[in-house]
Amino acid sequence: MEYLTNFFLPSAESTYATQVDALFHFINIVSLILLVGITFAIVYFSIKYRRKSQEDTTPVITHNTTLEVTWTVIPLILILIVFGWGFKDFVEMRTPPGDAYEVHVTAYSFGWDFEYPNGVVSANTLYVPEQTPIRLLMRARENDVLHSFFVPQFRLKQDLIPNRVTTAWFEAKRTGEFVYFCTEYCGAGHSIMNGLVKVLSQEDFDAWLEEEAGRDLDALPLAELGRITFTSAGCAGCHSLDGSSRVGPTFQGLYMAERQFTDGTSRIADEEYLLESIIYPQRQINVGYPNNMPTFYGDTLSERELAGLVEFIKELQ
Amino acid sequence: MEQASLNAKKLKVRYFDIDENPSEHYLNAEKGLKSWLLTVDHKRIGLMYLASVILFFFVGGVLAVVLRTELFTPTENLMNADTYNRIFTLHGAIMVFLFIIPSIPAALGNFLLPMMLGAKDVAFPRLNLASFYIYSVGAIFALISLAVNPIDTGWTFYTPYSIQTGSAVILITLGVFIMGFSSILTGMNFIVTIHKLRAPGLTWGKLPLFIWAMYATSIIQVLATPVLAITLGLLIMERFLGIGIFDPALGGDPVLYQHFFWFYSHPAVYIMIVPAFGVISEVISTFSRKTIFGYWAIAMSSLAIAFIGSLVWGHHMFVSGQSELSTVVFSFLTFFVGIPTGIKIFNWLATMYKGSIDMKTPMLYAMIFLFLFTIGGVTGIMLGAISVNVHLHDTYYVVAHFHYVMMGGTVMAFLAGIHFWWPKMTGKMYSEFWGRIAAVIIFIGFNVTFLPQFIMGSQGMPRRYFNYIEQFQSMHQLSTIGSYLLGIGFLIIGAYLLHSLFRGEKASSNPFGSRTLDWMTSSPPAHHNFNYTPVVYNGPYDFHKPIADFTIGIAGSDEHHGHGETVKADKAEA
Ligand code: HEC
Ligand SMILES: [Cu+2]
Repeated sequence: MEYLTNFFLPSAESTYATQVDALFHFINIVSLILLVGITFAIVYFSIKYRRKSQEDTTPVITHNTTLEVTWTVIPLILILIVFGWGFKDFVEMRTPPGDAYEVHVTAYSFGWDFEYPNGVVSANTLYVPEQTPIRLLMRARENDVLHSFFVPQFRLKQDLIPNRVTTAWFEAKRTGEFVYFCTEYCGAGHSIMNGLVKVLSQEDFDAWLEEEAGRDLDALPLAELGRITFTSAGCAGCHSLDGSSRVGPTFQGLYMAERQFTDGTSRIADEEYLLESIIYPQRQINVGYPNNMPTFYGDTLSERELAGLVEFIKELQ
Repeated sequence: MEQASLNAKKLKVRYFDIDENPSEHYLNAEKGLKSWLLTVDHKRIGLMYLASVILFFFVGGVLAVVLRTELFTPTENLMNADTYNRIFTLHGAIMVFLFIIPSIPAALGNFLLPMMLGAKDVAFPRLNLASFYIYSVGAIFALISLAVNPIDTGWTFYTPYSIQTGSAVILITLGVFIMGFSSILTGMNFIVTIHKLRAPGLTWGKLPLFIWAMYATSIIQVLATPVLAITLGLLIMERFLGIGIFDPALGGDPVLYQHFFWFYSHPAVYIMIVPAFGVISEVISTFSRKTIFGYWAIAMSSLAIAFIGSLVWGHHMFVSGQSELSTVVFSFLTFFVGIPTGIKIFNWLATMYKGSIDMKTPMLYAMIFLFLFTIGGVTGIMLGAISVNVHLHDTYYVVAHFHYVMMGGTVMAFLAGIHFWWPKMTGKMYSEFWGRIAAVIIFIGFNVTFLPQFIMGSQGMPRRYFNYIEQFQSMHQLSTIGSYLLGIGFLIIGAYLLHSLFRGEKASSNPFGSRTLDWMTSSPPAHHNFNYTPVVYNGPYDFHKPIADFTIGIAGSDEHHGHGETVKADKAEA
């Protein structure tokens, strides 16, 4: 039984997940009974009443009130049950307890920022304490497109819209790592816009939060700062570090390599080129890649972060 | 009966022999390319639609196989993400707008509707040709957009992405916009034809169920398509002129776009499936040689589906950010579509009970339809349950669900219909042997392709994903293999149908022993369908009466017909 439910659904890790699953299984079982019945009727009739001769005659049966009422009323009762059941659980899924811990979520093409009440921001990984209701206040970045936050194991999904706040909540039952996806199509990086929800014990979570808050980014060496910026600014959504192509080229071995552009020119990827392609990405487009790298990094990143990114890329030989 | 006949006009009717070897028919009545391009004959227009939709089905199908091949591995193996996104968008847009919406209504509908009514043509034959050309112009726009810069928005054109992306969104939306007019005009034409051009004696209660289905479909087409046109019009204005309607950056609302889009596109689902119900009713009664069970229930449930189906669009948007109250209301209404749909399925089964069942290819497809469509239906109930929908929305579960409905439902019914009316359309028989083989391959291939998608969907695999996590690989591979099987099945169909076209055995006028008017003329039919004015005084499913009772009419094809009086038939001669 356990095996069967795990075959259909990922493990249920939020407080309301088990209820959702119960309805899922109920509908499946009723449907299966119905399907088996219909299939049986098809096969049985096809054999029992198969045409024996071209002269076969058949009775005239135009209707049968009892039968027709039965197959209207029974499904009617069933759908009312299913509606009520789904409704009841939905109310719970949409009503966070008053004392929920709040995390602000911002999605952009293609990454996620999670901001905690003390101002700490984690990129692409959501950290939460176990057995605590978490309320997500979510929006897509201004001028960005729709995204959707989906954690299969929590049975949680909610779209994010620019200029509007949508909400969702969950309470994780135990510690662990659970994958989340973006489920509203958002372009070339849609399928790599995923990450992890890390559920920690309350102590570990507090410790993590404190450590993050105390971290002095300005004291870090440039390349180290660059590594952090690479994830937090969302470059990782489009650029890999292992040589594979994503939306954009990989950074591995990029430094001092010769780049070919769509206008026929080429250039060696030195420091100046790297900086320029981060601040003005549309000036020179690499052959074989779309012209869709965001153009706002020059404004959103600090001088030190930009320099850090360049140093970080230089190290990836 | 006595009462009715009092007011009835007396008509002098007689039995007609159907010409089994017509030397003149609609295919050879006129010759040359011009005679096709400028034809106002509904049968030829139907065939032109048929050729177009088959072409687009082929293109969309090839794209699907390419997509499935890319998905064989979790990462890139054929193309990059951008190309993948373009291809899945084209697959969806082509299949929905260019194939499935016109498939049964425009192709089979055009061919059959006037014949089933005993009319010479539709009410407005020229308008009918215009519809075809409007459809073609729309299709050409879509194809140009393909050549310029294929869109990557998904067939739903969701804002704000569709306003920001660099691809040629305007061209294809313009194409869809134009095709909408074709849909509206065809719908109008059919409604008027059904009201005005029924043969003498063909009362509403004697209409074949295919006609009832087409009637319901036409109503949805006429009422819902304008909303799509408005939506796409607004989208184009927003992109061109920067008027803020849907784009939040300009003060618009993307959720409003979704409401508009689904206000059309959900009823459009019924434009796609209700005609299929019509085909299935004809096929099951003919091959069971039995009166249809619950004629009025089936006829009215089509209308009920058309009506309720117009009120449930919000079930595509449970997690979109629409209000919780609308979510609950839309969920509630959604379930009520299930009732008339269930009624139909049970009625069809009851029709088979004590019938004389001949499992020829069309019937085989009808049975496949019943099985697959039931799965499509119950998984629809699953998706209607709000709490479960939150988990399943935008995953492969949804992809599998609508393929079971659209492909398992509409395409299987379309295949049933094509085989069923093939002899009538071409005057040739298809190969029964290969027909059954292909049906079995398609049945297996279909389930191997889409059953795994239910499972990976409920496991959490999101749709429109170019890359996926390794956990889903085995299911994806199974699905890909299934899609190859499906492809083989369709190639076999293409091969034996082409063969039949050139080498096929000659078909008799009514090879399956049906009782509706479309079979009471030669195969292929005469230029104006009948060489006499048919008169109807039996039901369309009166399989207990001898077939000769159905071939009566008034001599002279030029007789003005279309009056719906009750007929007191004088069987003048035999
Ligand atoms: C939306 C996807 C996307 C994001 C996010 C993105 N890039 Fe890019 N990037 C691209 C694409 C596509 C190209 C190749 C086209 C071009 O040359 O502009 C590119 C090119 C580059 C290049 C030139 C690479 C070469 O091979 O010549 C550099 C350097 C670069 N990006 C750095 C960054 C950094 C640093 C970030 C994060 C701050 C970032 N990108 C974020 C898509 C992206
Ligand atoms: Cu996204």
